[in-house]
Amino acid sequence: MTLSLKQVVLHHANGVEALRGVDLQINGGEQVAIIGPSGAGKSSLLNLLATAIRPSRGDIDVLGQRAWHLSARQRQRLRARIGLVHQAPPLPPRQRVVTAVLAGKLGQWSMGKSLINLLHPLDIPGARAALARLDLADKLFSQCQQLSGGQLQRVGIARVLYQAPDVLLADEPVSAMDPVLAGHTLTVLSRHAREHNVTLVASLHAVELALAHFPRIIGLREGKILFDCPSDHVSHDMLDSLYANEQLQSPAPTVTPLIVQIPRC
Amino acid sequence: MLSTDTRDPAAWPRLLLTLLAIALLWPGIQLSELDLGVLLHADSQSEMGRFVATFWPPAHDRDFLHLLLKATLQTLAIATAGMALALVLAIPAGLLASRALSLSAASHGGRPSLMGRLLRWPVRGLLIFLRSVPEIVWALLFVRAVGLGPAAGVLAIAITYSGMLGKVYAEIFESTDQRPAHALLQAGSGRLASFAYGVLPNVAAELLSYTVYRWECAIRASVVMGFVGAGGLGQQIDLSIRMFAGGEVASMLLTFLLLVLGADQLSRLLRWRLT
Repeated sequence: MTLSLKQVVLHHANGVEALRGVDLQINGGEQVAIIGPSGAGKSSLLNLLATAIRPSRGDIDVLGQRAWHLSARQRQRLRARIGLVHQAPPLPPRQRVVTAVLAGKLGQWSMGKSLINLLHPLDIPGARAALARLDLADKLFSQCQQLSGGQLQRVGIARVLYQAPDVLLADEPVSAMDPVLAGHTLTVLSRHAREHNVTLVASLHAVELALAHFPRIIGLREGKILFDCPSDHVSHDMLDSLYANEQLQSPAPTVTPLIVQIPRC
Repeated sequence: MLSTDTRDPAAWPRLLLTLLAIALLWPGIQLSELDLGVLLHADSQSEMGRFVATFWPPAHDRDFLHLLLKATLQTLAIATAGMALALVLAIPAGLLASRALSLSAASHGGRPSLMGRLLRWPVRGLLIFLRSVPEIVWALLFVRAVGLGPAAGVLAIAITYSGMLGKVYAEIFESTDQRPAHALLQAGSGRLASFAYGVLPNVAAELLSYTVYRWECAIRASVVMGFVGAGGLGQQIDLSIRMFAGGEVASMLLTFLLLVLGADQLSRLLRWRLT
């Protein structure tokens, strides 16, 4: 069992209950998509799986270790084996892409190596290879602030590919890309996961992409798992109840009379 | 109808704050015995005028220029050595006093654990102590301890400036976006590495420009400390003023202007290079 949550509850600092008792088992090498409406707790769930935040209640097992029962040093070692792709990758604007990608291995490098790498990139071919898989090798020496949102997302993915973790988590990894690029990027991710026997969990806004690329789908709504089944079992009714929103019944568009105001002086 | 539409809820608080500021400033002016009228009195004007009149022409004979060059180099050396010593203490203290290296902050939405916050207080206290005593007081102390000369100025600058630099460094580290560093900590990297990759690229230009500005201040401070016997330009200015050699004072003030101008250009150059 690579990832396992038992009755996990998460309160945010502002009192909002993001997850209300989630049970989840994911085996090694599985590829899982998490779908659900905005605010359902997808990001919280992924952050929990990444051991980035601590649950308010419940147990988390990652790679056979109880993350929050470890010492800080052991937890950092465990975290080095988990890769999390952020929706908007937090990268310093002035950092060069090559440095941002190589930073993926900071958890595995010694301090001395990390600091030398900051002055002179130590593995330029490695960074170029990771970027080339996402068709971004020409941006190797650009600054992050020169890239578009979709390009930044690919830099974030390249960083995690370079990190080569045992568990790959992705929070809306393709939300800023066009449909073709999004499909290509998800293919790269799932092929990488298959070839290296990596467990892949991704949250996605686009249901079609989730159904097309992932064999197992988890529907999350209001902090609870609504369904968890193979992708070919997902029906229209299940999706309707997942995304149903009573408050968003948009009123019939009323035609407002157009009033043109002409200043009189 | 119109009055409720145009009413700004912030208007009253702003007016009251302005009145409060004036009410607080007035006793300050009284207590500091500021009386600008003194400047207009005829005798003080002629006294100042006589002294200023001797400023022209600035002294420029060979011996004096040689002396001036030596004193200038000494001032620069005092400021630079003092800053270097201050940095040795300020950088680690700044890192310890800020939340930038906090591992617990990364997994608690930016709030470090209680333990971490408690441990930061002694460091902050040390920095407050270091900068609360003015460098001139340290200089007077050290002139007694190590004797007249530049060494006292170097030590005084090192102590006071480590306090100031450490405090401002800590604030600069915290003022920037912490998410890149937190993301790295959450991916298993070490504290210092996550700081170097996540925070430093954002703050490098600001750190550098503040450090150069402080270096400029250190040059000024070393001049002031020269008056109490800590060497450099200040000691020369003190001597020249006592001898009513206005031309020499003018030359030294001009040198001073050039130094500050140079520091300003250096800061601009470094900022341009880093942005």
